[in-house]
Formats: sequence, structure tokens, C-alpha cells
Amino acid sequence: MAKKVGIPRGLFYYQYYPLWKTFFEELGAEIVVSDFTNKQILDSGVKSCVDEACLPVKLFYGHVLNLKDKVDYLFIPRFTSISKGEYICPKFGGLPDMIRHSLKELPEIIDTEVNLRKSKKNAFKAAVDVGNYFSSDRHVIKSAYQKALNSYREFRSNVRKGVLPGDILSKRRGVLNKSSDETVNIAIIGHVYNLYDNYMNMDMIYKLRSMGVNITTIEMLDGKVIDEKNQMLPKKMFWNFGRKAVGGAFHIMEREDIDGIIYLMSFGCGVDSFVCDLIERKVRNTKDIPFTVLTIDEHSGEAGMNTRLEAFIDMIRWRNRNEADVPAYG
Amino acid sequence: MKLTFPHMGNTYITAKTLLDDLDVDYIIPPFNNKKALEIGTKYAPELACLPLKINIGNYIQAYEKGADTVLITGGCGPCRFGYYCEMHRAILKDAGYEMDILTLEMPNQGVKELYRRVKKLAGGFNAYKIIKALKNTAQISKSVDELERLTFQVRPREIKKGSTDKIYKIFLNKALKTNGSEALKKLIKATEDELREVEVDRNFKPLKVGIVGEIYTTIDPFSNFNIQSKLGNMGIEVNRRVTISEWVIDHIIKNALHLPRDRSHIEAAKPYLGTMIGGHAQETIGNTILHAKEGYDGIVQVYPLTCMPEIVAESILPTIEKDFDIPILTLIIDEMTGEAGYVTRIEAFVDLLRKRKERTEHGRDWLLSGN
Ligand code: SF4
Ligand code: SF4
Repeated sequence: MAKKVGIPRGLFYYQYYPLWKTFFEELGAEIVVSDFTNKQILDSGVKSCVDEACLPVKLFYGHVLNLKDKVDYLFIPRFTSISKGEYICPKFGGLPDMIRHSLKELPEIIDTEVNLRKSKKNAFKAAVDVGNYFSSDRHVIKSAYQKALNSYREFRSNVRKGVLPGDILSKRRGVLNKSSDETVNIAIIGHVYNLYDNYMNMDMIYKLRSMGVNITTIEMLDGKVIDEKNQMLPKKMFWNFGRKAVGGAFHIMEREDIDGIIYLMSFGCGVDSFVCDLIERKVRNTKDIPFTVLTIDEHSGEAGMNTRLEAFIDMIRWRNRNEADVPAYG
Repeated sequence: MKLTFPHMGNTYITAKTLLDDLDVDYIIPPFNNKKALEIGTKYAPELACLPLKINIGNYIQAYEKGADTVLITGGCGPCRFGYYCEMHRAILKDAGYEMDILTLEMPNQGVKELYRRVKKLAGGFNAYKIIKALKNTAQISKSVDELERLTFQVRPREIKKGSTDKIYKIFLNKALKTNGSEALKKLIKATEDELREVEVDRNFKPLKVGIVGEIYTTIDPFSNFNIQSKLGNMGIEVNRRVTISEWVIDHIIKNALHLPRDRSHIEAAKPYLGTMIGGHAQETIGNTILHAKEGYDGIVQVYPLTCMPEIVAESILPTIEKDFDIPILTLIIDEMTGEAGYVTRIEAFVDLLRKRKERTEHGRDWLLSGN
């Protein structure tokens, strides 16, 4: 019988799922993804995690609990770094340890370290480590990894063409509502696990679309452009997300076709506290573009979110019609 | 150029030694105080960690006394400290304070830029002078830490309560006005002698508590409501393995010279926390275990709200508490923390430790008499 590998639907699921799925399936494993985020998953995560953790990590706990009795393995790699010279966040590096020492009666955790800080080649090393759980044949693992990379590339190229990862992962088609007023272009900056978890962001993406908003996220931008804009910082950001967010935001500020920026922040996120602040300062100091910060926390209510989104979009439409003279900050 | 630097407990003595010996003009900000924290809270991002906020307060208070350049060390992640310098730069600029930030670290631009910075700092590049200053700094830093450790031992045993606090406070103020490594060495020695003369109860066997956690809030008495002295005055002998000299010598000097570093805490932490994740999480885990093995009675973890590495550590500590049968108290600090509630928690913890001790000792007597 095929071994069951559990993938919690949280954190880097939103970035790497296509790669993991192909890899495990090629190796003959069966994949079980935890349910889509719901109240019960969120509550159980919040209850079992230390109070001080950021919301995405608490939620991840909930997804682990949702899976733990259904699988032979839990796939919780130790993500130290996914890019040369950069890190992700201390919590990603310590995640398997946090889980192991806070939750009880877990199946075996596949906690292979992914550390590309020194060299990209370590990715294959990590793949072999993970692959060894299912096959002792290096060739099989290598071929599975190649195929997995192809799936990942295809996913990335779709995203770059403008399909949101959330649409691909939840198999929901994003339709822009054409019947309403003229289209507005908004850039949303935030961690993938905030942007594409529809429960956590209260269907923000779909709501915006139904208001006739076309969405750009940093995953759609060209890496070169991001790097180039990063040169504007006196010291390079060492967080992979931070670099992309800052570079992406700086680039977006210079584009004439983007009408406004939303920063989607998670409550308790140490990285966001710096990245969002730097971007906000830059916007306020240099460009008259509408900018707003929306924070997702355990208690954010849907009504409040709707009001803020509507007000923001109305303000932009009004500005577009009346050309400036309206304060840009919501 | 008039330099200033952030406070962190008695670190100013180490920083001052370096700058004195390099003949650099500097201003030490007023000791950490409520106003500094208020200023920092006003300008810094709300969810930034506490040290960043106090730093900003230090700079602005030093600016008001004439400082124009900030000296800090850098880092390359993954925790926020490595990006403090850029946040400081942006915050000060937007708040209207024209200050330069000088970061001592390997910059993006390579060795040349580092060389330029050291030259700027030292007013030229006299290798002999720089090496001598570094050596003195490391030495002073070490003896300041030893002095502090001595207070940890004397305080719980002193007969006349408050003696240690008084001597140490006078020392901290005198150090502020003492210039040059030679004079400082004398002051440290004199203070040490004074501490050794404090009348103590030699038969008293205090409970022992290890302090672990994020470096700033464990070392800085203002931000931790002087926990070391509070515990000491309750008759507890405290210890804290993470110190400034350990940080200066191990992290900076040994790292730069590729000398072997003390890895005992890393080894101890390994079964619980597999890798370096930034900040002092490995130290927190590793030192908790080392203290437990040395027979300490309890551990207090201190960290600022939202501190990423310590949140990971906190999630792991319950297992260690169980595996090593040692009570652990976690204290989280931010600008809203009230002293009263904080002290109550410490007192309750000390009570618990006392009861545990009584129980085990009682248990042992009982066993002995049963023989
Ligand atoms: S990056 Fe932020 S949200 Fe993500 S795990 Fe780290 S602290 Fe949490
Ligand atoms: S160790 Fe914690 S408090 Fe210190 S900079 Fe890092 S996140 Fe902030």
C-alpha cells in the first residue's frame, strides 16, 4: 500500500505545492492535503500554539492537527533558505521543532533541511533526503525531482502570465467582473500564505475582483526587475520575501498602470513589521499613490474588511475620475 | 563627527573603552529611561521588537546632546537585528533627525567599504592602535562581565540587604566618567574588592536560577525591570551565560579570526533545535539544558514581544521542562508591560521553586531516616 504523506495546507504549501505533489506521486506516495482552512482548523491551531506566535504559524498547527491521524508521514521540511545569501524567517527554520515539541502523538515528520543559502545545489540534496523515505534508487529520485521541477516551472510560468497561485491551487477561476465601473489595477503585497488562503483573508481577492479590480502580486513580477529595484536600499534585505516585497513595491510605485497598493500583513509577523514599514515610508515620501495596510488577525471581522476594501477602491475610482486632489492614504 | 551608540545594560563600558582608546569623540545617551522608550514607541513601527524602539530613544536623546553619528553592529539575518541599521536610518530620517549610521559589519560593497568605515571611525588606519584598542576592549568587557557575575553571587548571600545594589550602582555611574582602559581596569578592580568585602552568610545555600532568552532584554536591566537584582534580593543566585564579552569575543573576534568557538550550548540544543535559526534561540535551548544538568532549580526565559527566534524556543521549552524536570518561567516584555504584574509572576515562580526544594529535601530526610 502506498505510504500516505500529509501536507499541511499552510505556509509554503502556497509556494511549492505543485513541486511537492509531483515529486511524491512520482515516488509512489499518496498525498493527503489538509482541508481548506476553516474555523475549526484555525481555532485548534490557535489553542495549541504559543500565544506569541504569528497567525500563519498558529494556523499551520491547526492544519497539522487536521492531518495527523490520517497519514503515515507529515511533510514539514526545515526551510532555512530558498535562495543564495538569504533566509526566510527564524520560524520557518525552527518549524519542525516547534511542531514536534508542542503537539502530541504525531506521525513521523519528514523534516529535511532545505538550505540554499550557500548553494542552489543543496536543493537536489534535500530532494534525495526526502526521496530516501520512499525509494533507495537514486535514479528514480532524480527523475521524480526533474519532473517535480517541471511542474513547478509550469506553475510559476502560469503565475507570471497573471494567473494567481490561489486560483491554481484552489481550482477556482478568477473572473473579473466586467459589468461594473472601469477596471482598477491594484497591487497586493504580502506573504503567499496570506494572499492565497481565502479563509484567512476573507475572500479578499474574489471580493476585489467582483468590484472590477485587476490584481497584481509580487509573484507575477520579473525577478530581474525586483533585484534591480533592490539596489535602491543601502543594505540588501536578507529575507527572501522582504527582498521581493520591497523590490516589487519600489517597481510598482514607478508604474503608471497601477492605481493603488494594499499591504496584507499578518498579525505578529516580525518580517512584516519591518518590510511593511519600509515600503510605507517610501510610498509616503516619494509617490502619491493610494496605499493601505490590512492586517489579518484572529479576530478580524468580515464586515470591517469589506468596508475598508470598498472605501479604498471607491477612493481610487474617485481619484481616477477627478485626477488627484484627493489624499492618497486610506 | 560625534558618535553615539545604543545602550544595552552595561555595554556602554565596553563601547566606551573602544572609543576612548581610538580617541573618538562620542556622547553616551542617558541611561535607558521611560522617556527614551516613549520616543522610540512614537517613531518606530508598532510591531517592531522592543530593543529597536529603545535604540531610537537613545539616539534621539543623544542627538539632543550633540551626537550626529550612530555606531552599531550589523548582521545578516535571519532575525530582525541584522536589519536594525536600515530601520534606524529610515526612522531617524523621517523623524527629522539628521544622523549618520555607521554599521560595523561586512558590507555589500566588500572589504574596501569596511576599511573605509573603520578609517572613518578611527580617524585613520593605524593597525597597531586598532589592535591594541580591540584587545583592551575585549579585556574590559570580560572583566565587567565577571564583576556582574560576582554581584549575582554576593547579592543573595549579603547580610545587609541592598549592599550589592548600592556598590554596583555607584560603579555604573563612576564608569561613565572614567576614561581610558587603564583607569577603567582600576575602577573594576576596586569595585571587585569592595564586593568581596560585603558581609555574607557563608552557610546560606541559595536557590539557583538561570536566565535565558533574547540577548537585549536579558542583559538590559531597564527592559527586564532589573530581574537579576530582583531575584538576587529574594535570595536567589542567578546566572546568565549570554554576556557581552561572550558576544564580542565569540561572535565577533573569534568568528573573524576563524578561531574555535564555544559550542557546548549548540551541542546541548541539538536534539531539540536542529539548526541555527537566528537570534539566541540555540543559546536559550542549549543553556537551559546546561543549567538543568548543573542542578539549577529553575529557568527564566525573557524576550520582547514578537521576537521570532525566542517564540521558536518557547515552543520547545515545555519538552525540556519535562525531560529535565526543571520549572521554566517565560516573561514577555513590551512597552505596555506593567511592573506590578510582572513582579507577581516572578514571586509566584520563586515560591514554586522554594516549595519544590522543600519537598525534595524533606523527601531525602525521610528516605535517610527510613534507612
Ligand atoms: S515571515 Fe512572518 S508570518 Fe511568516 S512565519 Fe515568519 S513571522 Fe510568521
Ligand atoms: S532577537 Fe528578537 S528582539 Fe532581537 S532583533 Fe531578533 S527578533 Fe528582534
